[in-house]
Amino acid sequence: MIALELKNISKTFGTFKANSNINLQVKKGEVHAILGENGAGKSTLMKIIFGLHQPDAGGEILLNEKSIKIPSAHFAIKSGIGMVHQHFMLIRPFTILQNIILGFEPRNFLGFIDYTKARNEILKISKSYNFNLDLDLKIENISVGMQQRVEIVKTLYRNAELIILDEPTAVLTPQEIEDFYRIISNLKSSGKTIIIITHKLHEIKEIADRCTIIRKGEYIETLDVRSTSEEILASKMVGREVNLKISKEDKIPGEMILEISNLEVKNDKGLLALKNFSLKLARGEILGLAGIDGNGQKELVDALTGLRRVSKGQITLQKKNITNLSPKMIYHEKLAMIPEDRQRRGLIMDYSVKENFVLQRIDQKPFSQYGFIITRELNSFAELLMEKFDIRPRNKELKSSELSGGNQQKIILAREISNNPDVLIAFQPTRGLDVGAIEYIHLELIKLRNQNKAILLISYELDEILNLSDRIQVITEGVASQSFIKPTKEEIGLAMGSGK
Amino acid sequence: MKIITSISSVFLGLLVGALILKISGISPLEAYQVMWEGAFSKPQYIAYIIIRSTPLILTGLSVAFAFRTGLFNIGSEGQFIIGALSAAYFGVKFHYPAYLQIPLVLLLSIFFSGIYGGLAGLLKAKFGIHEVISTIMLNWIALYFSNYAVMTEGFHRPYTETSEFINPTTSITFFENIKPTNQFWSDFFRPPVNAGILIAIISILVVWIILNKTTFGFKLKSVGFNPEASRYAGINVEKKMTQSMIIAGSLSGLAGALHVMGVSKNIAILAAHEGYGFDGIAVALIGSNTPFGSLIAGFFLGTLKYSGQKIQSALDAPSEVILIMIGAIIFFIAIPNLWRKKS
Repeated sequence: MIALELKNISKTFGTFKANSNINLQVKKGEVHAILGENGAGKSTLMKIIFGLHQPDAGGEILLNEKSIKIPSAHFAIKSGIGMVHQHFMLIRPFTILQNIILGFEPRNFLGFIDYTKARNEILKISKSYNFNLDLDLKIENISVGMQQRVEIVKTLYRNAELIILDEPTAVLTPQEIEDFYRIISNLKSSGKTIIIITHKLHEIKEIADRCTIIRKGEYIETLDVRSTSEEILASKMVGREVNLKISKEDKIPGEMILEISNLEVKNDKGLLALKNFSLKLARGEILGLAGIDGNGQKELVDALTGLRRVSKGQITLQKKNITNLSPKMIYHEKLAMIPEDRQRRGLIMDYSVKENFVLQRIDQKPFSQYGFIITRELNSFAELLMEKFDIRPRNKELKSSELSGGNQQKIILAREISNNPDVLIAFQPTRGLDVGAIEYIHLELIKLRNQNKAILLISYELDEILNLSDRIQVITEGVASQSFIKPTKEEIGLAMGSGK
Repeated sequence: MKIITSISSVFLGLLVGALILKISGISPLEAYQVMWEGAFSKPQYIAYIIIRSTPLILTGLSVAFAFRTGLFNIGSEGQFIIGALSAAYFGVKFHYPAYLQIPLVLLLSIFFSGIYGGLAGLLKAKFGIHEVISTIMLNWIALYFSNYAVMTEGFHRPYTETSEFINPTTSITFFENIKPTNQFWSDFFRPPVNAGILIAIISILVVWIILNKTTFGFKLKSVGFNPEASRYAGINVEKKMTQSMIIAGSLSGLAGALHVMGVSKNIAILAAHEGYGFDGIAVALIGSNTPFGSLIAGFFLGTLKYSGQKIQSALDAPSEVILIMIGAIIFFIAIPNLWRKKS
């Protein structure tokens, strides 16, 4: 039986065709992946299914083999379609229970919310899928993985038979991803139909039965996942051959350049996030710092860049003590940084590309003189960098928010490299990027290493760490625990989990 | 795009005003004709509009400037009072010749109102107190402090609720002695025209240069757009916020000082806020937080307020209609979905 079918669905925004003549067939009880790069039109398509966008005239949507129109999200929910958005739609000060029933509250004869009835119903759902939810916790106090489970229960509470998940693992830790896979297989075995939007290939191999590929708004192909390799999926998604595994030649590291010794740093709650943390980084090497999110990586990066006070210990760069210097001074000591969150920390999204290039250097010659900006210099600098790093579209006056994620990341990379740093800290440098952009960033990092720069790669993606690093250090609960050279994935995974 | 928003909102506001007039049994066409003629039919009317608009342009500029650093300066009203008080006080106390007196009094007014504005910035930077809360409080402190100061010995004018008049050398009504033979210009200069508007225009230019041409403005705006990324880029965010509020405060204070030196010549006990600062918020909004926008929006609001009085006497229509119109304009500007393209 076909749970959902789209025939010739198109969606145009102004002159931009986000979807053109897309066909999709999802069988009842299967896990169906929608694969495509960022901006390929996956999310638009899902919003059409969930009633948030109306398709152009000419197409047809069939739900359970009956032709329907979905005018609103409310109608979609009523028809048994549930959606979990990439950014969760939860009210943070409300409890789990309140969030789940929000908008569909059962009432007693007085018109008040019948919490007992709601609780029993949700507990029944929670038990049958092993969700393990404490319904009275507030959203702001639970982990991201837990929040996602709340979102899923929310759709089940609304009797969804077809559940759409938008980039479900983007924000999860490796452990939470494992739990998520388990939940999906439970849902599937109870007969639910699942659509997963993703650009992660191993995720598809792990949980999906079939996969529909979309490229530049167009339907490419639907494949059976078992009989396809990740390489084939990648090349069909991008439209050319892609290097998933990057080869790099061995290189003997040079002198030590960054030394972190016995560092103690507190987190926002005032608890120790780094305990007696030590690390050495040499020229010409990529040191991968592996660990699960929340083990002190953020605090380490903040301390290195001067945004967080170091309470004990020392950071030395080129034999110079840079502990607790201001971000500006550290920048001038040639320590560069790709921050974890490019939109919040890396870029001023409302500033143009050329302005973002000089964010840290506007006070220096040749970009300004006597406090006045020299636009001509900004322009030629921007043109140079955009050419060199192939930033598209080639328009330095565009706001950064108008560029794709991959090109935004290139702006940051170009800016940081242009200051000719000795040390580059790359914190989740490929987060949320598609395969093509990831490949580019990885190649650039290796190029820098070959130019004898020192690179500290901090990532929650184990594959990325294994792929790029010359040496791997594991961080668990703020302590530098084990270190490895060329380990297996299992060894690292074990070391990452051992602290917990 | 923003210009279209403002112009359409103004148009819609005029429509709302027409509706209200109609409901009150007054012909909107007639009322708007009275307002138009009351604003532009005689040169002296235009002069009065300029006088009326000058403080609004500057308080609007003040609010707009702070807004570009991500700060909502509700304190323009209080900063205006501090500027006016400083100008009156030093204008009374100092007896220098005009070429010394005027710059000195202006600088001191700017200085004290700048400190007053900076205080809110400092409170935010050091203790995280939201500027909206602190500036509202500071408005009242300024009001009562000014009322107290007016009544002090040596500043207070006996048997009145006002201060002494400022020394004549403090006055910026330079054009009083101009007696043009040309009919238009002689009419134009009949009202107490003063140099305030020139200083306001210069301020507009200076602020435009700061925001668009200097590294200082670059950093102020980047803090306004994204304080976290700015901190990451090595900008001292707290310092920039304080500096921005100092400048915003001195612009509002300048408005107050010019008002005293050009129009009122003294200050009086205030029962309530006069509203120059609050009107500044409207000006900044209509002018979409840009310097030249503040100039145009300031003139627009000044014109409305001046010509609006005239429908009262001519048609016995309530001049409060003007306030409703201004409210409606702001309301329309503030509806973002009205102006965004449908997705």
